[in-house]
Amino acid sequence: MYFFDPHIHIAARTTDDLAAMARAGCVAVGEPAFWMGYDRRSVGSFYDYFRQLTEWEPKRAADYGIRHYAWLGINAKEAENVSFAREVIAVLPEFLDRPDALGIGEVGLHKCTKNEVTTLLGLIELAMQRGEQLLFHTPHLEDKYKGTRMILDLLRADRRVDHSRVCVDHCEEHTIRHVLDEGYWAGITLYPTTKATPERAADLVEIYGQERVLVNSSADWGPSDPLAVPAFIQVMRRRGHGESQIRRLVYENPLRFFNQSCRFTFHAPEHS
Amino acid sequence: MPVPPSAAKTFDREFLMIRSRLLDLAAALDRIERAEGPIADHARFESIHRSLEALASAGPDRAERIQLLFSLPYDENWRTPSGELTERRSSEGGKKG
Repeated sequence: MYFFDPHIHIAARTTDDLAAMARAGCVAVGEPAFWMGYDRRSVGSFYDYFRQLTEWEPKRAADYGIRHYAWLGINAKEAENVSFAREVIAVLPEFLDRPDALGIGEVGLHKCTKNEVTTLLGLIELAMQRGEQLLFHTPHLEDKYKGTRMILDLLRADRRVDHSRVCVDHCEEHTIRHVLDEGYWAGITLYPTTKATPERAADLVEIYGQERVLVNSSADWGPSDPLAVPAFIQVMRRRGHGESQIRRLVYENPLRFFNQSCRFTFHAPEHS
Repeated sequence: MPVPPSAAKTFDREFLMIRSRLLDLAAALDRIERAEGPIADHARFESIHRSLEALASAGPDRAERIQLLFSLPYDENWRTPSGELTERRSSEGGKKG
């Protein structure tokens, strides 16, 4: 079955991973800008990273028949220094104008501090000015519930936000209902120990439906699995879900969501 | 969505996995019991015990309730009318951003 991985950090993965993903049916990926494991010390470091996401990684993925799309932004872990974050935000428009840029992401909260909120409001403002889609990172572990609710509060307070063009990612059992109830897309991330397993993701789909749900690996440089979406497909099959329902979750839904970006183009593999 | 499977069929499918994970859990708690010295983070240990109580209780929302037991509280009045944060509490722990 063809699938999208709508959230994966290809820059942190090997070409072996790309080959395995392609063999498993992956035809497109979304790569959000994120934390590289260390805090960057200059805007130039971010500039080069954005070039990697919009120039080099699309070429690497294309070698395996995978279309690569990027989200640009400054992640919550590097958002504490507000003046530095503003400098990074100032270079974003150059990259958002590139053909495979989907919008602003992944942005959000980490420890839910005042400075993180200030930076996040600056990113939302840029998105609203440019009519960009938004992809939100929600915090880890004990901070997730509080941070997710705070992000929803910020979005609700801005009447310019089109909820159908926003994905709130890394949803789990205690946050997904809040996200879906307000009309956003809900991302479910499949991780071995944190976030959701393929089995729990299937539970969430069975409980909350598949209408605005995206399933992703968020595979990066830490414990994660670039073949997590195929593992989810297998779990869904084992539980008796039909192929068309599974395809909707792993192919049609990300296509619908990505397609709201004004720059998005995609040729379905069956039509190539 | 497919027709929901029977509870009996679901139980058969999940039994060995539940057994395996309960044994993993029990063995990890035994490991802590055998280890020397006190536990530094009593709040987390307490959360584990409250989660075990939630696990043994009835209802279709155990996973959500356990998630909330491991979550910091959310204050819906976290912003003042001027938009400022009323609370700056943050927890420790370095995870990926």
